[in-house]
Amino acid sequence: MNTASHDSAPPAPAMQDSGVALAVNQLSKSFHIGERRIQALHDVSFSVRHGVVTGLVGPDAAGKTTLMRLAAGLLVPDGGAITVLGLDAATQSLAVQGAIGYMPQRFGLYEDLSVQENLDLYADLQGVPESTREQRYRELMHMAGLAPFGKRLAGQLSGGMKQKLGLACALVRQPQLLLLDEPTVGVDPVSRRELWEIVYRLVREQGTSVLLTTAYLDEAERCDEVVLLHEGRLLDQGAPVVLRETMRGRSYRVTVAGMDKRTLQSRIAQAPGVMDALIQGDHVRMVMQNDTPPDYAALLPGVEGVKAEAVPPRFEDSFVALIKGKDRSDASAPESTPLPDPGGTTSHSTRLAKVASQVAGYLPEGARGQSRRVRLRTGINGAQAHPTTAPENAPLPDPTAESGQSAAPVIEVHNLQRRFGDFYAVNNISFEVSQGEVFGLLGANGAGKSTTFRMLCGLLPPSGGTLRVAGADLRHAAAAARARIGYMSQKFSLYGNLSVAENLRFFSSAYDLTGMRRTRRIQWALDEFELAAMADITSGDLSLGYKQRLALACALMHEPEILFLDEPTSGVDPLARREFWSRINALAGQGVTVMVTTHFMEEAEYCDRLAVMAAGEILTMGTPGAIKAEARSAALPEPTMEDAFIGLIMAHDEQRTAA
Amino acid sequence: MSGEIRTGSARMRLRGLIRKEFLQIVRDPSSIAIAFLMPIILLLLFGYGVSLDSEHVPVALVVEKSNADTIDFTSRFEHSKYLVPSYYASTREAEQAMMAGRVNAIVVLRQDFGRTLRQSDGAPIQLIVNGVDANTARIISGYVQGVWGNWLAHYAEQRGQKFEAPVELQQRVWFNSELRSRNFLVPGLVALIMTLIGALLTAMVMAREWERGTMEALLVTPLSMREVIVGKLLPYFVLGMGGLALAVSMSLFLFGVPLRGSLWVLIVTSALFLVAALGMGLLISTIARSQFVAGQLALITTFLPAFLLSGFIFDIGSMPPVVQVITHIVAARYYIAILQTVFLAGNDWSVIVPNALALVAMATIFLGITWKKSRKRLE
Repeated sequence: MNTASHDSAPPAPAMQDSGVALAVNQLSKSFHIGERRIQALHDVSFSVRHGVVTGLVGPDAAGKTTLMRLAAGLLVPDGGAITVLGLDAATQSLAVQGAIGYMPQRFGLYEDLSVQENLDLYADLQGVPESTREQRYRELMHMAGLAPFGKRLAGQLSGGMKQKLGLACALVRQPQLLLLDEPTVGVDPVSRRELWEIVYRLVREQGTSVLLTTAYLDEAERCDEVVLLHEGRLLDQGAPVVLRETMRGRSYRVTVAGMDKRTLQSRIAQAPGVMDALIQGDHVRMVMQNDTPPDYAALLPGVEGVKAEAVPPRFEDSFVALIKGKDRSDASAPESTPLPDPGGTTSHSTRLAKVASQVAGYLPEGARGQSRRVRLRTGINGAQAHPTTAPENAPLPDPTAESGQSAAPVIEVHNLQRRFGDFYAVNNISFEVSQGEVFGLLGANGAGKSTTFRMLCGLLPPSGGTLRVAGADLRHAAAAARARIGYMSQKFSLYGNLSVAENLRFFSSAYDLTGMRRTRRIQWALDEFELAAMADITSGDLSLGYKQRLALACALMHEPEILFLDEPTSGVDPLARREFWSRINALAGQGVTVMVTTHFMEEAEYCDRLAVMAAGEILTMGTPGAIKAEARSAALPEPTMEDAFIGLIMAHDEQRTAA
Repeated sequence: MSGEIRTGSARMRLRGLIRKEFLQIVRDPSSIAIAFLMPIILLLLFGYGVSLDSEHVPVALVVEKSNADTIDFTSRFEHSKYLVPSYYASTREAEQAMMAGRVNAIVVLRQDFGRTLRQSDGAPIQLIVNGVDANTARIISGYVQGVWGNWLAHYAEQRGQKFEAPVELQQRVWFNSELRSRNFLVPGLVALIMTLIGALLTAMVMAREWERGTMEALLVTPLSMREVIVGKLLPYFVLGMGGLALAVSMSLFLFGVPLRGSLWVLIVTSALFLVAALGMGLLISTIARSQFVAGQLALITTFLPAFLLSGFIFDIGSMPPVVQVITHIVAARYYIAILQTVFLAGNDWSVIVPNALALVAMATIFLGITWKKSRKRLE
């Protein structure tokens, strides 16, 4: 290790030899927010090895950032201890801070300082000797690819460049341990990939130990080792490969010729012995509770033409299995938060089943009149053959519906543009969405997704082009057309200091619901989303998963025909995301048109069709399967959505530089 | 040995912080606005716009029957620099003008003006004053009485009679002999400007670091919290002294306010007040972690008291006793007392020394609490 060469670094800690960079011992930490006490970490113990990349993995509010801050000596634990490089983080925090590199969320950059000035500042603060700076800067700038941008203000860098500059600042005095808090949030997949390359080069060439947090399970798979956190408790620790391998022989890719993927997913999800079922492009990925080969006759009684093929396990499978296992064993355990049910003490699969059947009761009034006839092909005994077991008694959407063929498009966008000064946030995009379709806009932050949404909802006038939503331009026919759309924003737009029931009452009156209908809808929302038990709880105190449910309930109060969802599931845990999507799928099954933005590759797979956006343009459009197929090559026979996405971005950038 | 390394590094760390702060000040339009634009606007506003002296007060004159005496009397109004007369045919019209806010007072000369003038107990003129603003009303009433008194004396003299006023008052005004309110408002503004820079701006820039997540990154470096505080104090001290230079030069050269005391006394006491203001700003920033809260807190706890409870506009001596007690915790109170003395009276040590000591005490208290309260922790 070549870390001891800098004079201001504290003497190399003695623990180094034991091979442990960071040891967490029965760590507990709680916070007080007003009257409320939140237990962020609950008796957590684990250790991080030297010279490897360890991922601290969990959804929002799992306690990841709290743990990082405790490790950096920014917080003092309530109980237990955290030892960093042999030093106690609480009592020897200055020494710890002298030995680690730390990149907080949002990178800790001064946006009104240039790239070089940011580096100078952190070099001064970290006590890097002037004589070695020149050399170090050159290395870092080269590594981050920022060499040509020394004079540019940090605020004018792209998300990916900011992230790399933040990393360079954390590395300015070669640390022995690097702590990265959510390093890839808000960064496009190409930059994400580059960051991983840099991190691994550090580990390889300099023996740096790295601890990073992430909410992305696909990212966790890239770590040497992962520590899984959920609601402040440790779920498991180990190499992702090992955790994943416990799930081997339990995952299958299932298709049924002619059966709609949503029907299939919902039926598989409720079948006995199934742990998890997910839509992935044109097929359903099924994970069994154990590794006995599934019996399809029992699984999908009466369905013919089931095609199933074993597929390799994924890391997410083990995470889901762990959370579900924990939920079962925890059912009677005292809760760490004061909520009656912070996101799943009841068995999850029963809840999913309930969701699917309940949402079936939802039929928007506008859609009811024109609900499409079911088009099941001959030879398929779909949902209708078993009305008692299948939740979808309602009309099914046409799974193969491509835009504009079966029905008039509900959303039409032609050459839409939006300019802010010289900058085109949205540049000449066109697409159509038909009724009952789930249409996704996939792209990194700043790709123009939210701008497009705001124009569609009539909140922002376009600079050029035309758009029609439910047959009207929302800019002009505002009130009438807006009554037909529902909108759920990323931040959920709830009134945090109103109770659940008060939020529902407010939104129902905001949508002009009165009398019986209002009462009926509020009751529907409370039953439907299982919110009745917490009707009087202040919505700010709800867990993220419940907030999301309430936000969706509010957006559906007036039974809209079109639902706009802006990054609906960012930050929630995989189970809450599955539950959310089972509701969305059921709604789509009722003929509700759903438009969703996401930067989450996994989520894109749940859509019927999607448009991939970058820099305000649509790079490609089609079904998830077709988009992935475009990226197929000899080197990548089975490309993931991320592979496809990165391929598109690269091709786009090349085109641009060529032009 | 390690101590040696640490001192060397502390200088480097402070240098880094201070350089960063100056770059940010120069590049941030809102810092420039608070440090330089606001002072200029305030100075121009108070120097030219706001005046507690009532000049050019519009007065309605109603002369019911014109004769040589009334013409002589009303001509006095036209020559007054404080009153601007306009003529109305009837009291009713004049009242309407007052309702509409076109005039602030009505002077009625009755039909029998000439006759009652010669009677000892007569009231030949009637004065109606808009009393909404009691202060202005009193001043106008005084002006009109003055015009009347002077004219009466003149009138009597012309007829060879002796006009006897019961008591004759000889006034002599000290320190501000022209009674220009600008002369005490403009020096007082220096206190407001230093409060803006010291407390408001400092609290906001600290909160901004919390808001943008940069404070977290700073705290995970080998910086000590005291270095963070000093790193904020020094740049904003320099900025505040810059604001002082601007305000004092504008007062002296643009508004012609006299500086009768010594410039050095002014600079030293201003530095004391600035340190107290910075202490308040930093203290606020230990509580407020968003710019909005920091701004509100700074305005309510520092700027408004400096405006209302410091003797800047409203005389502390005429406040209710309870409020007078409260003014003792307003640092600007002591500074304004010094300012008004140094500008208008001179180096009167009996005023300067106790007030300066009070400033030292306040600066020590605020910085002491901040020093104690700031820990290198996020909670």
